[in-house]
Amino acid sequence: MEYIDIINALVLLSNFVLLPAITYGSQLALAALGVTLIYAVLRFSNFAHGDLMSFGTMVTILITWWLQSVGITGGVMPTALIALPFGILITALLCILIDQGVYKFYRKQKSVPVVFMIVSVGVMFTLNALVRFIIGPDDRRFFDGEKFIIKATEFKNLTGLDEGLAIKSTQVITIIVAIITMIILFWFLQKSKTGKSMRAFSNNEDLALLSGINPDRVVMYTWIIVGALATIAGVLYGLDKSFKPYTYFSLVLPMFAAAIIGGVGNPLGAIVGGYIIGFSEVMLTYAYKKFLIYILPTSIEPSGLMQFLSTDYKFAISFIILVIVLIFRPTGIFKGKTL
Amino acid sequence: MNQKLRAPIAFLFMGLLLLSVGVGQSWSVSLGIINLCLISAIMSLGVNIQWGYAGLFNAGIMGFVAIGGVSAVLISHEPVNEAWASGGFGILISLSFIIAAYCLILFIRKNLNSIFLRKFFILLISVLTLFIILYFYRPAVSSIESINPAKTGFLGGLGLPIIYSWLVGGLIAGVIAYFIGKITLGLRSDYLAIATLGISEIIIAILKHEDWLSRGVKNVTGLSRPVPYEVDLQQADWFVDLVIWINSGKISSILDSSDQTILINQLIIDSSGIFVKLCYASLFTIVLLIILAFSNRALNSPWGRMMRAIRDNEDAASAIGKNIVKQHLQVFIIGSAVVGIAGAMLTTLDGQFTPGSYQPLRFTFIVWIMVIVGGSGNNLGSIFGGFFVWFMWIEAEPLSIFIVQFLTNGLDYDNVIRLHLIKSAPHLRLFLMGLILLLTMRFMPQGVIPETIKRK
Repeated sequence: MEYIDIINALVLLSNFVLLPAITYGSQLALAALGVTLIYAVLRFSNFAHGDLMSFGTMVTILITWWLQSVGITGGVMPTALIALPFGILITALLCILIDQGVYKFYRKQKSVPVVFMIVSVGVMFTLNALVRFIIGPDDRRFFDGEKFIIKATEFKNLTGLDEGLAIKSTQVITIIVAIITMIILFWFLQKSKTGKSMRAFSNNEDLALLSGINPDRVVMYTWIIVGALATIAGVLYGLDKSFKPYTYFSLVLPMFAAAIIGGVGNPLGAIVGGYIIGFSEVMLTYAYKKFLIYILPTSIEPSGLMQFLSTDYKFAISFIILVIVLIFRPTGIFKGKTL
Repeated sequence: MNQKLRAPIAFLFMGLLLLSVGVGQSWSVSLGIINLCLISAIMSLGVNIQWGYAGLFNAGIMGFVAIGGVSAVLISHEPVNEAWASGGFGILISLSFIIAAYCLILFIRKNLNSIFLRKFFILLISVLTLFIILYFYRPAVSSIESINPAKTGFLGGLGLPIIYSWLVGGLIAGVIAYFIGKITLGLRSDYLAIATLGISEIIIAILKHEDWLSRGVKNVTGLSRPVPYEVDLQQADWFVDLVIWINSGKISSILDSSDQTILINQLIIDSSGIFVKLCYASLFTIVLLIILAFSNRALNSPWGRMMRAIRDNEDAASAIGKNIVKQHLQVFIIGSAVVGIAGAMLTTLDGQFTPGSYQPLRFTFIVWIMVIVGGSGNNLGSIFGGFFVWFMWIEAEPLSIFIVQFLTNGLDYDNVIRLHLIKSAPHLRLFLMGLILLLTMRFMPQGVIPETIKRK
């Protein structure tokens, strides 16, 4: 066995497992952060989060189209990145609107969490319908600009390896934007006054109220952040794959899975959970045959695909992990820590 | 409004709605809606048993509907003998290994005291069984699926009358609910909802991709019927005579004999469809009434009072010696079984099993809206909710198209916005569902027909 085989195997793995998993994991992590923030501050599981994501993405797509029609594009970058701040703004406004119109009533009544959850199902239906009504239920791609940073053939020519590594620009954009968003979020929660009051409110509501924290303000800021996170996550997912309302609606379970694995209400847990789900979905359905041929001696080469689960079950993996975590450690990995 | 009058008024209103569809659109459409309303009502009765009686938030209804549906296939489809001969043995072996492993794990859990040893053996047995099963299962599956894949490619069923599947669907759903309940019922309300939602998706994924069992996304069509076929009815003398007798006034008013024959043929075709739907409707009504009778009896029995006590205050109920976990499991199984019955009935009505059509919006959340709008905890309320919400779900589509057309009347005929709006109008029914739920939660949290508790 030569060392070049090992490098080939590693390149193969990065191309088909590492990069897609990190990208998908980042998207899920951002989405799960939204779920977890709602849980930490407002104390319910928001079923409407997937549709909030799809609403934010839809607004961004509409603005992107408008920008393109007046001749503004991002050049090598996707135009959607220019539209993103406007998308965030409108989605955050919608969040505040929904909170004032729907959730505030139940907060004043001090309803139990299950009531909030049922109400969020109602919000889910209305948002879902709104998105389908405005943009339609079809699959849409809104990516423009340079598609690849490096193509597989270019990589092969450059390095002389047998395996190519294709780096899509959406993958790099996703990872960079996700990291920046997470840094800003953590800085906000740890250092800013509003962030600190959010943490205090999440930790002990009564004590926070006693020390003069304005609950309406905390809730409003939470919704703004949640709207922003949902839009960013949705746009990154849509750029990388495509935008379809039904797919976004069904992302709600992987998102819950990510949030719960890390310990719901804990932002760090949501991020870790997002990557765990992302990696397990990709790793468990990848066929390792080629990889093993590279690293194993010829005598024990595998005959089958060497796949843990058929790709049919790709979506089911996150549900299986979710159920296993709920049964064995419902408090998640980072037990007992909130915001 | 007087509490006692609410139910009659609600059902009168519902009857008028269905009548107006019958007069306005056609009786065939109205009966089609009624049949699905009846099935929806049974589903929401099942969910009401879980949520209304015991306060369990089960978001996995879709899974139990699908289990009912697949049992209709397993009961009524003709067995595929070649498939059984080639792969049946492997499947049976795998199945018996799973059962043996399960029993062994149960035995170890009871009789080994050391936690470490217990976990070690359970893990060992699980992994060993997995490998043994894979050895038998994979070849069996591929041989079954390779037999005439365009037509069968699965094991088929028992070839019994499909009506048995209603009972069997309930039983299978109950058994699976036992295992699901065992592992999830310890969870808090919102975690229970998320876990059951996930499990129902897993069930659908299995039904979609395990072709040897359910033909997967290739669907099973042409299931047998418990009622006569339209074609047979049109040939039957007694039916033709009946149609002529009912419509004798209409027929005799036409003098030309060739026109008369055309009219008679048309009437026979129309009425055969209506007759079949009426047969279904009466079968479904019988099932609904039986389940309603049992539910009401259960709700007003000591068992029902205990259930409500557990729902309203778990700690107090447990303090007076009620076994919360056991009762929750019991009510979870019963409710899921009822949903399974409805699922089998739905597949019977459709005459086909299509795993791809099971979506959580349609089969989980709409049923939830039925229960909440109708009135959680009240059986009549759930039935009303099933009727009303299903009616709205169907009629919202023509209604929203009508509204959009009315609103965009001023625009040109081929205006882009107008065309887009008309094309998108059917999606407004989801909006209507959300709105109905939100308004009910806000202004009528008890539902249309609230729970009534008899006090002596």
